[in-house]
Amino acid sequence: MSSSIPEHLKYAKTHEWVRHEADVAWVGITDHAQAELTELVFVELPEVGKVLEAGQACAVVESVKTASDIYAPMSGEVIEVNTSLMDDPGKVNSDAFGEGWFFKLKVSDPAQMDQLLDASGYAAQVGS
Amino acid sequence: MQSLKHPDLFSERHIGPSESEIHYMLAQLGYESLEAMIQATVPESIRLKHPIQLPNPLHEHEVIHHLKEAAQKNLVFRSYLGMGYHGCITPPVIQRKLLENPGWYTQYTPYQAEIAQGRLEALFYFQTMICDLTGMEIANASLLDEATAAAEAMSLCYGTVGGPQRNRMLISDDCHPQTISVIRTRAKPLDIEIRVEPRKDLKPDSGTFAVLLQYPATDGLVVDPQPDIEAAQEAGALSIVATDLLAMTLLKPPGEMGADIVIGSAQRFGVPMGYGGPHAAFFACRDALKRKMPGRIVGVSRDSRGRPAYRLTLQTREQHIRREKATSNICTAQALLANMAAMYAIFHGPERLRRIGQHVHQMACLLAEGAHRGGHQLVHDSFFDTLRIALHTENADSFLQRAESMGINIRRLDRQTIGIALDETVTQQDLEDLWQLLGADPALLLDHAQGDEYGQAFPATLTRQSQFLTDKVFHAYHSETEMLRYLRRLESKDLSLTNSMIPLGSCTMKLNATIEMLAISWPEIASLHPFVPLAQAQGYQQIFSDLEQWLADITGFHSVSLQPNAGAQGEYAGLLVIKKYLESKGQQHRHICLIPQSAHGTNPASAIMAGMQVVGIRCDDQGNIDLEDLKARVTEHAHELAALMITYPSTHGVFEEKVEEICQLIHDHGGQVYLDGANMNAQVGVCRPGDYGADVCHLNLHKTFCIPHGGGGPGVGPIAVAEHLTPFLPGHSVVPLAGEDRVGPIAAAPWGSASIVTISWVYIRAMGLAGLTQATQVAILSANYIARRLDPFYRVLYRGKHGMVAHECIIDLRSFKRVSVEDVAKRLMDYGFHAPTVSWPVAGTMMIEPTESESQLELDRFCDAMIQIHGEIMTIEAGDTDPNDNLLKNAPHTADMIAAEKWSHPYSREQAGFPVEAQRDHKFWPRVGRIDNVYGDRNPVCSCAGMDAFMEQLAQQGQ
Repeated sequence: MSSSIPEHLKYAKTHEWVRHEADVAWVGITDHAQAELTELVFVELPEVGKVLEAGQACAVVESVKTASDIYAPMSGEVIEVNTSLMDDPGKVNSDAFGEGWFFKLKVSDPAQMDQLLDASGYAAQVGS
Repeated sequence: MQSLKHPDLFSERHIGPSESEIHYMLAQLGYESLEAMIQATVPESIRLKHPIQLPNPLHEHEVIHHLKEAAQKNLVFRSYLGMGYHGCITPPVIQRKLLENPGWYTQYTPYQAEIAQGRLEALFYFQTMICDLTGMEIANASLLDEATAAAEAMSLCYGTVGGPQRNRMLISDDCHPQTISVIRTRAKPLDIEIRVEPRKDLKPDSGTFAVLLQYPATDGLVVDPQPDIEAAQEAGALSIVATDLLAMTLLKPPGEMGADIVIGSAQRFGVPMGYGGPHAAFFACRDALKRKMPGRIVGVSRDSRGRPAYRLTLQTREQHIRREKATSNICTAQALLANMAAMYAIFHGPERLRRIGQHVHQMACLLAEGAHRGGHQLVHDSFFDTLRIALHTENADSFLQRAESMGINIRRLDRQTIGIALDETVTQQDLEDLWQLLGADPALLLDHAQGDEYGQAFPATLTRQSQFLTDKVFHAYHSETEMLRYLRRLESKDLSLTNSMIPLGSCTMKLNATIEMLAISWPEIASLHPFVPLAQAQGYQQIFSDLEQWLADITGFHSVSLQPNAGAQGEYAGLLVIKKYLESKGQQHRHICLIPQSAHGTNPASAIMAGMQVVGIRCDDQGNIDLEDLKARVTEHAHELAALMITYPSTHGVFEEKVEEICQLIHDHGGQVYLDGANMNAQVGVCRPGDYGADVCHLNLHKTFCIPHGGGGPGVGPIAVAEHLTPFLPGHSVVPLAGEDRVGPIAAAPWGSASIVTISWVYIRAMGLAGLTQATQVAILSANYIARRLDPFYRVLYRGKHGMVAHECIIDLRSFKRVSVEDVAKRLMDYGFHAPTVSWPVAGTMMIEPTESESQLELDRFCDAMIQIHGEIMTIEAGDTDPNDNLLKNAPHTADMIAAEKWSHPYSREQAGFPVEAQRDHKFWPRVGRIDNVYGDRNPVCSCAGMDAFMEQLAQQGQ
């Protein structure tokens, strides 16, 4: 499978990506993940204000054939969610690393960044 | 000596292949006899050592005579017991053209939507009818019964707003008693607290997640539920209202009062009571809750022509995908009965329905007058069709006795109080009898009826103001001619067993013989209320007792409960029984349920409902349970092990050699073995779960024992248990069953969907042991014959010893690069076939189950189609044709596609529409092109209310 894996992002083993800016982390799912899921029909996002633990199931994505949980890659408080996905979940398919972002976290433990995979580590995991 | 028996044998007609065909197929596989084939297929150690004690087969003419004799022991009284079950009039056109019509009842669940548009349309109108009458935004396509629907509503509410700090449900004590009991059963393993209180004492607070009200109440009281709905919402809880569809024609619906969920039964819309079922329950909710709604939902999408088409939508909520994360284990619904109810509403239309509602209400008002004249007191004077009467001097028992002697059943509410629920069947004579019973002069009834205005006996503020059933479909078919043609038109859109074989793996689409179906329409079977005194149901009791005995013998178990309404409900019941047994041994800490990856998705969902924790077991490359992994998990959880759930033969269609060893391993570690009997049709007369080590199994009577699938229900899922589990079988709160240790009821009626167990009774009685055994053998033979014929073209994925499959086989289509398994499924429609099971249990494969009922001719017709399609695939794979414009990608082809003036495809019209010469004489046409699943799931429209906007959107896209 030829899916892109941007160098500047970090990755969870469960196929979420993280972009860390100051104490805010943007979270989405990888291009590889969206391709495996096929066309998404629904995204359920966490509530703004919810405090998440790293590894906690916090969102759901559904395609016609499957439903999967999305896990928080880091601990923190949800400060914004991408509500446009509610009307157009296809954005995750067309632009997983950009317009298809899921939510922003106010990170409580920046050191958790070190436990995430870098691009080459994630590439090795998905075998691309 | 000459035999005095009729020479004709039922089993020769139930079993499709003739004797010579059986020999031919055996020869193809290299066996001399069916017995030799079974010896090579089923592990020796588990094969039956001694014959089962079943009666000898009888000629079907004699069987039906015996059944009639038994049925005539049932006494058909007039039952005014209410509690969600009412007498009703099934319009004969619906009885004959739908209920008794194999074109409707032999359909499968509409997973292949392009050839299921008829029943999907009918179910869409069922959902519309429920939304309209309840005033809600979205409804599903039915649930098993009202009590189950209430328990599902509890689960939904708990999953939405509940939690450890908010785990209390308040139930008004004027809800139906069986509803309350089923909820209690369901709540217990989930640590949900149920508090049943008088309505005035309901005080939802921050610990409450749901409030359940009944409107009108079980004793008939009609009181405004809005204050209680608002109180629930103010406390942060959700409100559930159980209601009655006929009452909704006159009363303000709960949806207009802010209810979050509305549930109930559609039985009185033309579906006979049948001593408990089957009937369609309904479940409606606010749009915001739709993704948590249990059961199946029909929605609209567009097809390849850009035209609207129906399909099942939002299926990812279902347990086959969500497994232990599913919100419910509901799988089978009550499609046939939901369709009957929808057709009842379409046939009558809103005006006639309202008139029926008014008529029943008027009858109740006249009954109230009779009660007054007899000197009795109405406990409340706000009612729709049910009265609560405090008797003047007589006690209730004596009153009931007098009533029974007149052939009338009345509900006892307490020592001095009775309930009488009227319905559309009540005549002047019936009312006069009731007046007489109440001590009023029946001669004066007519005078009174003509004399006064009755007005209405409920508050004016609760009068329904809103319109309902406004869509044109509810105004177009009020004459019998129109209804007849409408039913025929819908039927003709659907592929059923009247068209061709439906080789769905794991579903067992065998013959539903006509003789088996006859009794469901007999008044002695159809007209009994589930809560009549047992003395009036002696015929039923005999039928149950026979069937329980036979099923126990067939499975090798001690006892059977017929209560579960579906296989998944059987799983849940069986696990509850195991749990209660462990508790009785002081081992309540055992809560781990081991489930192989290959299991039906309902297994993990049921285990969670039973309060167990699921631990998955790996499968090996052959699809068998990975014994090493099982041993490791068993050791790891030795002290907490409650049960293993195992399907046999496996869901991969193979008789695993080590099943005994597996069962023993579980027992050695203190666990119980739950056997999913979905594949029992490969075992009847050959081996028995009770013999090889299982403790409990459920049976799908709608698979193995000939109850038809009805286009997605009804089902019947009894459980059979070993002796040590017998005391814990489900009980009932209204009809007490003997024994103190039973788990609570899991369905509304004590014997579940009682009327249709007569189907299985006839099947077993007419087949006898020899016939049943041969059915199993031929089912296995036919599957292996298909595997043999198709293997050169499509690799058969799993096999047991000697290269044999069980009763079904999985073919692998993953090697094709340009064609998907879905393309093949849709192309089969052009050939007039329903696809086998697609992508289950392995993605990219098809699971084929021919059953014993298909002749070799039909098996060959199917194999020929598959082989011809393989040729079409090869052309595409070789790159000789456009990968996106070819026979498979464009399938199915409708008549109007073939007849289109412009034809630009690189293949001919003949190839598209008439791939087989014989189709020139007879062709089943798919009515819509390939349906766009993504579009349908992104824009779920599930009732007529959304259709205008949807059509506008389609029109814009077409431009």
